[in-house]
Amino acid sequence: MTWWRPAVQGIAVTLIAVLLVLLAWRLIDDGRGNGLAKAVAAGRTPVAPDFRLPRLDAAGTLGLSSLRGKVVLLNFWASWCVPCKQEAPRLEAAWRRWRAHGVVVVGLDAQDFRTDAGRFLQRHGITYPNVHDGPGDVLGRYGVSGFPETWFVSRSGKLVVEHVDGPLTSGQIDRDLRRASRE
Amino acid sequence: MSIRRFALLLLALVFAAPAAASELHPTLPELEHEVMCPTCHTLLELSHAPVAERMRVFIRARIARGETKSEITSQLVSEFGEGVLAAPPTRGFGLLAWLLPIAGLLAAAAVVAIVARHWRRLAVRDDASGAHGRLAPALERALDEELARYDA
Repeated sequence: MTWWRPAVQGIAVTLIAVLLVLLAWRLIDDGRGNGLAKAVAAGRTPVAPDFRLPRLDAAGTLGLSSLRGKVVLLNFWASWCVPCKQEAPRLEAAWRRWRAHGVVVVGLDAQDFRTDAGRFLQRHGITYPNVHDGPGDVLGRYGVSGFPETWFVSRSGKLVVEHVDGPLTSGQIDRDLRRASRE
Repeated sequence: MSIRRFALLLLALVFAAPAAASELHPTLPELEHEVMCPTCHTLLELSHAPVAERMRVFIRARIARGETKSEITSQLVSEFGEGVLAAPPTRGFGLLAWLLPIAGLLAAAAVVAIVARHWRRLAVRDDASGAHGRLAPALERALDEELARYDA
């Protein structure tokens, strides 16, 4: 056996190992958000993935972890999403009804132009806090595949109610916020 | 100036002129080919998602204002992140996407060169020892016997 043969074999094996690790990492990372939905459906209460994003309605940023001690209704939306327009007034009404009971409605606008999102908030008279995630980096961590989508976070920062795909009704919002408040 | 230099300069001008025109006066189809739809992860030219239609409106308005291609793409990057570009950037982590294929090709060429050199050296050694073309003694003996039987 010549000197170069083990070296070439070593390089090839290392390259294949690196590619396999990258593939596994990608699969795990992609599946993480879907794992949350499965965990909650199975009755578990995983910790809500934290984020800190620039605010749309005010200066500065808002982090999910800074809302510990409050129940959070986390709503994913975009200004170009038609069902989000129907849902926005219901969320605003829920915010006004529930804010005195330790509940915060947080809107997370993603894959959207910031100016469009600002106009959307003005047009619908939205007063609850909203953050902007242009690249949509947070979506994958929650397994969000479309808009609108909503998660409920308990006071201890855990996902406690199965997430809702599509626009929420007022009845759903009240029912799920009651459930989240009990956790 | 020699003819060769003049030809090179002419060639450079031929290629540089359209690139400069494209940078200063981009068209919607050009940008649609270089930008991705953030929701469907396809080229903008292939997408009819609501956000893609909104991006087209955004690009058209900027072209009408006389903005350059770099200005428009950098605004799209500031809105949607670097993932909005069809080609990875030539800096930072994106540079790896450009360098890795070249490094792979160079590594493959190096392996082929080493293996070819080794084979050539083996062939030269065989020629020098005179082993090339000579049969194994047992086989040679068997062949002689076979030929002798044939002659008889």
